Amino acid sequence: MRRMTWFNVTSLTFGFAFLYLPMVILIIFSFNESKLVTVWAGFSTKWYGEVLRNTAFLDAAWVTVKVAFLSSCLATILGTMTAIVMVRAGRFRGRTLFSGMIYAPMVMPEVITGLSLLLLFISLGMDRGVFTIVLAHTTFAMCYVSVVVSSRLVSFDQSLEEAALDLGCSPVQAFRLVTLPIIAPAVISGWLLAFTLSLDDLVIASFTSGPSATTLPMKIWSSVRLGVSPEINALSTIMILVVAIGVITASLINKRNVMRQRREEEAADKLA
Amino acid sequence: MALDVFAPWDDPNAKPLIQFQNVTKRFGDFTAIDDLTVDIFEKEFFALLGPSGCGKTTMMRMLAGFETPTEGQILLAGEDIGPVPPNKRAVNMMFQSYALFPHLSIWENIAFGLRRDKMPKDQIGERVEEMLRLTRLEKFARRKPHQISGGQRQRVALARSLAKAPKLLLLDEPLGALDKKLRQETQFELMDIQETTGTTFVIVTHDQEEAMTVASRVAVMDHGKIIQVSTPDVIYEAPNSTYVADFIGDVNLLSGKADPQGDKLHMHWAEGQPAVVGSPLEGAIKGQDVHYAIRPEKVSISAEKPENAANAIQGEVHDIAYLGNISTYHVQLPGGQIIKAQSANNRRISRRAFTWEDKVWLSWTDTAGVFLER
Repeated sequence: MRRMTWFNVTSLTFGFAFLYLPMVILIIFSFNESKLVTVWAGFSTKWYGEVLRNTAFLDAAWVTVKVAFLSSCLATILGTMTAIVMVRAGRFRGRTLFSGMIYAPMVMPEVITGLSLLLLFISLGMDRGVFTIVLAHTTFAMCYVSVVVSSRLVSFDQSLEEAALDLGCSPVQAFRLVTLPIIAPAVISGWLLAFTLSLDDLVIASFTSGPSATTLPMKIWSSVRLGVSPEINALSTIMILVVAIGVITASLINKRNVMRQRREEEAADKLA
Repeated sequence: MALDVFAPWDDPNAKPLIQFQNVTKRFGDFTAIDDLTVDIFEKEFFALLGPSGCGKTTMMRMLAGFETPTEGQILLAGEDIGPVPPNKRAVNMMFQSYALFPHLSIWENIAFGLRRDKMPKDQIGERVEEMLRLTRLEKFARRKPHQISGGQRQRVALARSLAKAPKLLLLDEPLGALDKKLRQETQFELMDIQETTGTTFVIVTHDQEEAMTVASRVAVMDHGKIIQVSTPDVIYEAPNSTYVADFIGDVNLLSGKADPQGDKLHMHWAEGQPAVVGSPLEGAIKGQDVHYAIRPEKVSISAEKPENAANAIQGEVHDIAYLGNISTYHVQLPGGQIIKAQSANNRRISRRAFTWEDKVWLSWTDTAGVFLER
């Protein structure tokens, strides 16, 4: 182990402070007794109670989860299909343009994506609500899914699918029984990514939602405009907790799989 | 006692299992298979041998159904299989990469094809156990492919492709990933399994030794054409061209002008050297360009000029390749040409007869080599 120099300690401290100080302050003040956010008046959990009694927040949370679930499922299906087509198509004229067009929405300013979708929905005469947010989130999340899944498909041995066909599978069966189980980890991470992206999106949701549907980020944003309250701090802390638990669980599962595979491979090497 | 020799290709009444009829396959401008016609018989172990890019893999993929011929027909048991998709063919393939399903156990890998055929459960179990026994994998049934060694994976791939009892089994470089010792053992295993199951095997390989060892017949390919199809001994002893002679094993090739004399053909090939004498080449006329191929192990090396040898030339030992069981002497002739002569090392190395720069005589009989037209 290398010794930590004075310089390393300092840069590490500053780096982490930069990343986490705002969140730490937010969490600390969520336990503040006082209604004034910036003045500490003793420890209390009463704002958590307030949040859980606030039906507007709970409704918004439910809308957010619904939107995130539906849009991530749609984005996963479409993104996986896109990835398969792009990886399998081989070389053709305009391939670079095509793949560039699939990935462009990732770097497109959200304001533009949101505005263009809004214009589309208006011109189609669609009532804006949960459904339009789902469509909008699907649009921008599917390119992320496509990136994640294609990176797995590139290393996928094409002869596995040929072997399945050779052993009597129809092309659909070959996909369901061989390709999908093998690329499943990538599909699941794509889904998780899409889900998280949808959960915390504010800009696109604001453009495409109607009066009937408000997502949690939108609710928080509109409440903050009337002044930051400890209630918001409590709500944000809950969100941080949920995301943290999700991320930690996912990485633990992943780590366990890696460890198990390594153990099995070692066992196989000993046999060989 | 007459031994019943397996040679359906010599029997005009035998019905071939597979018939390639004027098959051509093009990928864009590239012609992978060029107007190819060949018959493969039931229970044969047929090897497609050639350098990479010669079209051997394309032929195999057309048999499996992954490619369709651009022109011509492929018949399996008399039926055109062109329009039949891979999953409806009584043909199975063992892939070069083995293509074992990583998410399934060895047992489930072998059962995969049987399940697709909607075979009853108890029969699937029986058949899988039988395959596991055949390939000696009983102990590994519950393992995943990444939990077993390379040699075992190879056997799983074989078991899986044999499980459906196909009419025809295709093997794409099946032993390429194994080290030499394991490969040689596995070659004999493959032959045993082929005999036990009576399945027709078509193997693709670029390893001429492998093709010679396992195959009943070998097809030597080059640029989408079959140059010669025959049994391994004929391919080796009577190649039909310098390409085949050169591709299979080690060979000395000489070129010169033909000079038929009586029942022998003489070839004048270098100033100041005696003509090479050998069995005649059909249709060769005086002055025609011909080639002569002779295997190094058929060239004897001696200190004194041998008496009564049909062919004898003097040279100087230029190089010696000691391979343990045999030594190859590279002998330089006065004209600069090098002729390789091989002799078995039936004595210990300390008593070896020749060393570098020794003057030696090379000799061979008039039936040892062959004259070739091209």
